[in-house]
Amino acid sequence: MKVLNRKLLRDLWRLRGQVLAIAMVVASGVAVLVMSLATLSSLQETAVTYYERHRFADVFARVTRAPEQLAARIAGIPGVQHAETRISKLATLDIAGFEEPVIGQLVSIPEHGESVLNRLALLAGRRVQPDHPDEVVLSEPFAEAHALTTGSRLHAIINGKRRALHVVGIALSPEYVYAIGPGALMPDNQRFGVLWMGRKALAAAYDLDGAFNDIALSLLHGTQPASVIQPLDQLLGRYGGIGAIARADQLSNWFLMNEIDQLGTMARILPTIFLVVAAFLTNMVLARIIATERSEIGLMKAFGYRNTEIGWHYARMVIAITAVGIVLGWVIGAVFGKVSTELYAEFYRFPLLIFEPKPSSFAAGALVSLGAALTGTLGSMHRAAALPPAEAMRPPSPPLYRRTRLSTSRLAAWLDQPTRIILRQIVRWPGRALLTSAGIGLSVGVLIMALQWIDSINHIVQVYFYDTQRQDMMVGLVEPQSATAAYEFAHLPGVLAVEPMRIVSAYLRHGNRSHRGALTGVPPGAQLQRVYDASGHVVPLPPGGVVLGTKLAEKLGVTAGDTLQVDVLEGRRPHLQVPVTGVFETYIGVPAFIDITTLNRLLKERPSLEYANLLVDEAARPALYARLKALPEISAVMLREAAVRTFHETLAETLLIYISFFAMFACALGFGVVYNSTRIALSERGREMATLRVLGFSRTEISYILLGEVALLIFVGLPLGCLAGQGLAWLMTSAFETELFRVPLVIELSTYGTAVLVALLATAASAALVRRRLDRLDLIAVLKTRE
Amino acid sequence: MHTDNDRNPGKTVTLSGRGLTKTYHTGEVDVHALRGVDLDLYLGELIVLLGPSGSGKSTLLNILGGLDVPTAGQVFFGNTEITAASEGELTRFRRAHVGFVFQFYNLIPSLTSEENVALVTEIAPASMRPAEALELVGLGDRRDHFPAQLSGGEQQRVAIARAIAKRPDILLCDEPTGALDSQTGIVVLEAISTVNREIGTTTAVITHNTVIGAMADRVLHIADGGIASVERNTERAAVQQLTW
Repeated sequence: MKVLNRKLLRDLWRLRGQVLAIAMVVASGVAVLVMSLATLSSLQETAVTYYERHRFADVFARVTRAPEQLAARIAGIPGVQHAETRISKLATLDIAGFEEPVIGQLVSIPEHGESVLNRLALLAGRRVQPDHPDEVVLSEPFAEAHALTTGSRLHAIINGKRRALHVVGIALSPEYVYAIGPGALMPDNQRFGVLWMGRKALAAAYDLDGAFNDIALSLLHGTQPASVIQPLDQLLGRYGGIGAIARADQLSNWFLMNEIDQLGTMARILPTIFLVVAAFLTNMVLARIIATERSEIGLMKAFGYRNTEIGWHYARMVIAITAVGIVLGWVIGAVFGKVSTELYAEFYRFPLLIFEPKPSSFAAGALVSLGAALTGTLGSMHRAAALPPAEAMRPPSPPLYRRTRLSTSRLAAWLDQPTRIILRQIVRWPGRALLTSAGIGLSVGVLIMALQWIDSINHIVQVYFYDTQRQDMMVGLVEPQSATAAYEFAHLPGVLAVEPMRIVSAYLRHGNRSHRGALTGVPPGAQLQRVYDASGHVVPLPPGGVVLGTKLAEKLGVTAGDTLQVDVLEGRRPHLQVPVTGVFETYIGVPAFIDITTLNRLLKERPSLEYANLLVDEAARPALYARLKALPEISAVMLREAAVRTFHETLAETLLIYISFFAMFACALGFGVVYNSTRIALSERGREMATLRVLGFSRTEISYILLGEVALLIFVGLPLGCLAGQGLAWLMTSAFETELFRVPLVIELSTYGTAVLVALLATAASAALVRRRLDRLDLIAVLKTRE
Repeated sequence: MHTDNDRNPGKTVTLSGRGLTKTYHTGEVDVHALRGVDLDLYLGELIVLLGPSGSGKSTLLNILGGLDVPTAGQVFFGNTEITAASEGELTRFRRAHVGFVFQFYNLIPSLTSEENVALVTEIAPASMRPAEALELVGLGDRRDHFPAQLSGGEQQRVAIARAIAKRPDILLCDEPTGALDSQTGIVVLEAISTVNREIGTTTAVITHNTVIGAMADRVLHIADGGIASVERNTERAAVQQLTW
């Protein structure tokens, strides 16, 4: 067997170009799987560890004002491990050099020692000191966005009073991994930031001595949050509690988990598709390579080697080729996984990073690839081994071609002989032609699937930020104000139109299903914040009923005509029965819209608003910003353009980087397929090509025959690929559905164009490589030997 | 060592070689396939190159046909020096002036007999119709058959039709009967002889079968990379009379 080993190594070396091209295909599949799963498990592990080490709370609740003594009673609720009271408030910030108003989330921390829950990860400086009420610790992303460091100063309007704050530390908190401002969709570190201040300083500023307005609980192991939330809500109800939430519903965590979920979906589906495609291609290519080894197999049999020995020899060859790809895939996948995890960790600002790819993902990639490669070659190996040795050693008798109707038709007169060779070759081996076309099609399909995300995201932005929202900015108020506030907004400089909006926290229930969300009250026929169906029309808002997003309707199991039970968590906390008057499609969030007049009536409150949507004169923006910064009752200022920008930036930092990795692997896949198909065709038909050269055909003319066939198959493969891309994208987008996002299947023509262009480039590159070999064809050697 | 010094000023020279040398470097050994061969091929004559395998006859034929380049020496086609031609010029030379017939036919399996011939007539100037060429080799009724549907002898005759359809100035045949039984071989040789007679193509046939020499105008005995002797037949034997 020693000689066979040597033959194996030499064969691999002789086929090195193809070995590398097949390895590339295998590596793409394996790398994508390893990368995705490594990123996923590392992010999950990092988040869990971060939460554990910094003691992220299990239950959160807000009140208007509750006495500190209540904390002891809360801690007494069965299942509660620890209860920590806090003061948390929103304030308008004024940062030198930044024109627009900025919203700050002020959160109290103890002046002595460390908090028990939601502990800060201090990155620079120190915590606040007692008797220094103007000291603050800033969240890192916010500090970076404004180039604030320890020692910097900024101003805030705290309870109506403008105060200078002194930055003493920079920190991160598990509570604000995803630092999202009120009403925002994506973190905007320039316009929203978290500031930690001393408990005493905040209590003094907001008149909350001996009281709290925020509480965080940790639970004993195994306690269900719901069992604590119910008694907690009862205790807090009379202090203005708006309903406690479990960690799962905590804003930052909810977003983070949604993202990890999305990543999980991608990590399962994309690599699966990739691996299947890669396996299919490996299978196809290796089967043809083994078929060209036919005469050698005959020779070995003639020497007396058993079929099993020969089979094992070629199996080892296949294993070796695949192994090159697997190892390559492991390394590339691990490296890219690390890079992508680091990118995510940087985006989420995890103070720690645990890169922990699971061995199972490496094993899975290897097994699938090896399995596919071996089953692919089994057929050809069996066919070759089944022949009597003498027959196997003879070149296969010339395959019988047939004339089709095409060659007797009138069209035939137009076809020159080289073109006939191309067409007959395809007709003679339609399966092989189909496989090549399918291979190219699949790599185009995978590319389209990756690229269509950009189209979908652009479409989401168009629908959510432009078709639905037409306001230039949305201003939030600290407390609901009477309807006359709208007139005050109308009189601010540059304001062209004002529309009131109210968002009321509530449990929405139907039967035994429930959702903790909110009712959004807007005027019927609202022009700035429209109730807009993603299919492209405005949804009417009849008085007396709610209109739900489809995802919410699905979650609650309701359709138009059903009645929804609404347990309001604010004000008088009424329990309402409201009919569902309509359902509409949205891509983001789970909205429930109601006519604002109806909402005020149901709440038994006088007409009031909590948000004002503004249409603004561009030229007057600076004056408007200056006025807004000075208003004490502002809790949020959202600028649409800034929101669109941060939306794009956020996705560019996460999703799109991930997508670009996929696009790269898709290119490798396409190149691998085309190169292998052409190389094998060349080794099968080198003799034919040399004959033609001897007969007086030029290099270009024989290239036409070989590459023309590939080109033809590619032109068949490209539209197939576009169809496959549509199918794969559909598969992907339908699997990719969270409460936060639904991804519409949108594929722009330019995406098809890009994918096709990339495939053509990959083809051109591999054709150029094969053309070089055609140019070096040894005419005499080919003619001398029989095969 | 002999050279083809048997000049005949009355005849037109189609192809001539001067001082043709070919050395292969394989590893540490130099193999001298040709050692300074001079020869002329005259218009319309049929010559047979006889010699054992390894004597250099194929190398000589390949160099004459523009398939290979000599290490030293020159080949002239008329006044044109083939050995100085570029790759593209060589291709054009083969395309317009040379017909090749190989031991293993080398037909394109995906084309019918007629299409295999058309392969050449489409790119060569002044060629005959494919059907005409097939008639010439006696295969007028097999024009729609694919190579897989033809016997070995028939395939070789298609190859001859393909080679002569362009009305080449030179027809080079490398062991055209090597893969055939004697009876089929005769039929193939007859086709070559007919073509030589009827269209006056200068023809060179390589063989190691001495019997075939009888059908030639001249027989060149090749040994050790040179022309060992030249034999001139006053009369060409009819192919039918050959037996082996």
